[in-house]
Amino acid sequence: MNTIPATPFIASKKLTLSDSDWVRYALIGLTLGITGLFLVLPLAAVLIEAFAKGWSTFSASLTHPDALAAMRLTLLVALVTVPLTTVFGISAAWAIARFDFRGKSLLITLIDLPFSVSPVIAGLIYVLIFGAQGWLGPWLSEHDIKIIFAVPGIILATLFVTFPFVARELIPLMQEFGHEEEEAALSLGASGWLTFFKVTLPNIKWALLTGVLLCNARAMGEFGAVSVVSGHIRGLTNTLSLHIEVSYNEYDFVGAFASASLLAALAIVTLVFKTVLEWQQKKGLKAARQPVE
Amino acid sequence: MSISVNHISKHFGAFSALNNINLDIPEGELVALLGPSGCGKTTLLRIIAGLEQADQGDIFLKGDKVTDKPVKNRQIGFVFQHYALFRHMTVFENVAFGLRVKPRRDRPSNEVITKKVHALLQLVQLDWLHDRYPDQLSGGQRQRIALARALAVEPSVLLMDEPFGALDASVRKDLRQWLRNLHHDLNVTSIFVTHDQEEAMEVASQVVVLNHGRIEQQGSPSDIYDHPVNAFVSRFIGQTNVFDLDEHDADWLQTAGILNPHQEGKIAHVRPHDIIIEKSTTGKAAPATVKDWQHLGALIRLELVKNGVNGSTAHLFAEMPNDQFKELNLNRGDKVDLKIRQAHWFH
Repeated sequence: MNTIPATPFIASKKLTLSDSDWVRYALIGLTLGITGLFLVLPLAAVLIEAFAKGWSTFSASLTHPDALAAMRLTLLVALVTVPLTTVFGISAAWAIARFDFRGKSLLITLIDLPFSVSPVIAGLIYVLIFGAQGWLGPWLSEHDIKIIFAVPGIILATLFVTFPFVARELIPLMQEFGHEEEEAALSLGASGWLTFFKVTLPNIKWALLTGVLLCNARAMGEFGAVSVVSGHIRGLTNTLSLHIEVSYNEYDFVGAFASASLLAALAIVTLVFKTVLEWQQKKGLKAARQPVE
Repeated sequence: MSISVNHISKHFGAFSALNNINLDIPEGELVALLGPSGCGKTTLLRIIAGLEQADQGDIFLKGDKVTDKPVKNRQIGFVFQHYALFRHMTVFENVAFGLRVKPRRDRPSNEVITKKVHALLQLVQLDWLHDRYPDQLSGGQRQRIALARALAVEPSVLLMDEPFGALDASVRKDLRQWLRNLHHDLNVTSIFVTHDQEEAMEVASQVVVLNHGRIEQQGSPSDIYDHPVNAFVSRFIGQTNVFDLDEHDADWLQTAGILNPHQEGKIAHVRPHDIIIEKSTTGKAAPATVKDWQHLGALIRLELVKNGVNGSTAHLFAEMPNDQFKELNLNRGDKVDLKIRQAHWFH
């Protein structure tokens, strides 16, 4: 508000509409204080604890076989879930933005379900279906297929919680764009695939990247759902976040915080990338909107 | 025939958008699909393009049955109401798109594409904008780029959905004239959809009037204006005064001199310029009173109040040239005599 040039009219408006100075400073101060106390301070604590016993202990705990196995599993989970979520997100956004069908709003609500369901419930759902006492348990053990307390279960649980990320980014964007550009491409002789790659994808790429980035961060950092289905088998079914918990419970504080600092670094990198993407998107729009002289 | 539409029907749920449409468009015509909103004109255009599927019937382009062909194989150029330019491509790349996506064996070389795109941009007089993005152009410029893009693939027919609908009035007027000239030069069979009868009359060589998913009349603009086949067309094309014999107008029409023993139907439509006005000499018995008038440039539109013999009143509109109006030297409230030169009778 206060960057608006103070023409008499606006100045008088500001007097009546704007809050007094102490409210302004109190709110800004409160926001900064809470951010510092609850976000920055813990992050600093993670780093301080991780390096409490020096660099060599830090690197030793990160190169411990269990830690390395946890990293590998985390990467594998992300590598499988992110592409699947991306493909699902694009097809869901396409279906919802392009076609009218019965139950569309129900579908949009359902896609959001993982956001509102507790991750622990998400994990339990899979235990109930695939676990030893679950619906498919007997059949699976007959055929010697392991899902719960194994990597497939972890991937399924992660898929559940990351399900909406890409779709949520794309649906409003594609609904706003409409499909005239795609129809134009088809009328000019382009095939469906060419139309997708040359027209649809460039229009949604920034939002898609943001969705993929957030999805990746969540896939790597997920704890609750994965914790239920993993079984915490060291070196086999511990993801990085589970490894942190296990280390901490065994009083290996440096190990726990060293791994935690890795996840924190991932979060920060994600945030930076996301900011750059948003900035890029705005810049692109601005450049395109410069009027012809 | 360049475009043949055979028994096309289309429903959206319970709503019947098109009802057994038959239409033949000869080579080289510039045809307007004209009708009120919701009459099915855009749906028909999209069905011809292949962007929409008909429930029944067939489409032929240049004699080929294309009913089951996807839009990309129909060799049509389509221009959208809101341009639908690719926003992430420059003007040049937009126009080049149709050439670049051709299968490798038909795809022209880069030099040929460059030459062709610049030639098209010169045709639409916008070559100087070739490196701009669509967002940097005005509406009229975007529409011309969209047209150049559609023409790049040398379509056998050009289909335009309300091509001037999103433009402001002065740009629209210029573009109409420009489109007419362009069509004259290129001679590609074209259809455009419009709800503006003036636009249809001004641009098209053939007008097809649609209403409620049916074709009401097809013909040249003068045909449709001078010989409307029914009351809807008569009312939709230009202004018209409506007289219903069942109500109370027979005596009055008798005085105005258009009732004759040969007329068919009982509803008369009279164009404003077919009403001739003279200052009344009989005073009280005069059939109409001048209420008000508006200047429409070269024409004056007079609003008259009609005094029926049985005491009823109704409003009607007449038009006359400006200088004739000055000669008559009329004032508000003056009594006038009318002669109706011509009327169309409908049931």
